[in-house]
Amino acid sequence: MTTAVKAQLGIAALMFAASPWVINAAPHEATMGLVYKIYFYHMPSAWMFMLGAIVAGVASARFLFAKRQASDATAVAAAELAVVFGLLALVTGPLWARKAWGVWWVWDARLTSSLMLFLIFVAYLLLRQFGGPGSEKLSAGLALFGMANVPFIYVSVNYWRTLHPKTSVVPTLPVAMGIPLWFCVCAFLLLFLALLSLRATLETHRARIDSLYLSHDEA
Amino acid sequence: MSAFFRVAALVVRKDLTVEVRSLEVVSTTLFFAVTVVLIFAFGFVKEGVPMDGVAAAILWITVAFSGTLALGRTFERERQADTLRALMLAPADRPALYAGKLVGMLLLMALVELILVPLVGLLFQAPIFRAPLRLAGLLAAGTLGFAAIGTLFAAMLVRARSRDVLLPVLLYPMTVPVMIAGVRGTAALFQPQPDAGMAQFWFALLVFFDVVFVTLALWTFEPLMTD
Repeated sequence: MTTAVKAQLGIAALMFAASPWVINAAPHEATMGLVYKIYFYHMPSAWMFMLGAIVAGVASARFLFAKRQASDATAVAAAELAVVFGLLALVTGPLWARKAWGVWWVWDARLTSSLMLFLIFVAYLLLRQFGGPGSEKLSAGLALFGMANVPFIYVSVNYWRTLHPKTSVVPTLPVAMGIPLWFCVCAFLLLFLALLSLRATLETHRARIDSLYLSHDEA
Repeated sequence: MSAFFRVAALVVRKDLTVEVRSLEVVSTTLFFAVTVVLIFAFGFVKEGVPMDGVAAAILWITVAFSGTLALGRTFERERQADTLRALMLAPADRPALYAGKLVGMLLLMALVELILVPLVGLLFQAPIFRAPLRLAGLLAAGTLGFAAIGTLFAAMLVRARSRDVLLPVLLYPMTVPVMIAGVRGTAALFQPQPDAGMAQFWFALLVFFDVVFVTLALWTFEPLMTD
């Protein structure tokens, strides 16, 4: 673990420890009361989910076309983080929606396309896990196609939904709520970057041990 | 360029010859499609009357299910005799091989749909002859999008373990736009007051999807299939 990663993890841990107080300091929302504050964790998780998906897609393209082995490790790490943060966003979202919209889930464009993207990355990890040797390449192709698919999923779900419009309450944030939000985004981003580099290093070592093991077997 | 089409045509001819001699994939896929529609009928026909607006969904779900089966079988056959490796060793453009496999798959799925659409029309009282050209266009564009991604993934998965289960796992989330556009477009044609504009919009989306993913597949087939 390098010093930079240690520092990132330390600062992220401090920020997460402090976040309940920072969020508590945010003004009370009139209609939803305390429950809306889950938003301060939900938004950053959703952003990190998107970031993970983008990093995985770009790294996969580099692995596939520039044949950079290190990019494969980054892609795996980013895909795993996308699944973790995606799960966080998909769990915290309904908790908020239950209070805001009165239902756990609506087939809104953003919700549905997030869920589909989440499924693509779960499929990516399944392929990695059970695909056997050579699955790095296949999963890189999957991540690349998944990236290209995002606009299509969004447009199709959007039009599918607009056939049955539904009003939704989307709060616009005043400044006093913006500060805790950005505080949490920074904490999540630091955690994301630290985990990304840790997991990528681990994956690089794993691949090296694998190749050493194979060459030992052949000798 | 002419070499590209010649190789693709040869691959199509090879696949058709194998299929005509055994009829393995066509017969099993067709039978599977018919049973799937019947199972849907048991779920969605209440007191002798089909529920409103389910015909389009049943048609497209059956296309996806039988398409997955056909993709799996076609490439399993290539794997058993190791003929896919032989194809890859041939001094031909990899994208041309992909194009040939894709056309073969499209012909197969078109044949299945030729039986499937009248069957759905018959059992679920869907007005399939109201706008036959639009319906055919939606089916053609949707099938192309599904088969373009499916052929690439099935070819990639030939070397992977647990490929049978991984193919649908990878294919279905990826083809969600095809399913939404196909089902909504077809439903727009089947509803009591057909909505041609809506069907047109979904058709355009499907064509756009096809262009992007066929290009992407032709482009990535080479690096993905090289060890």
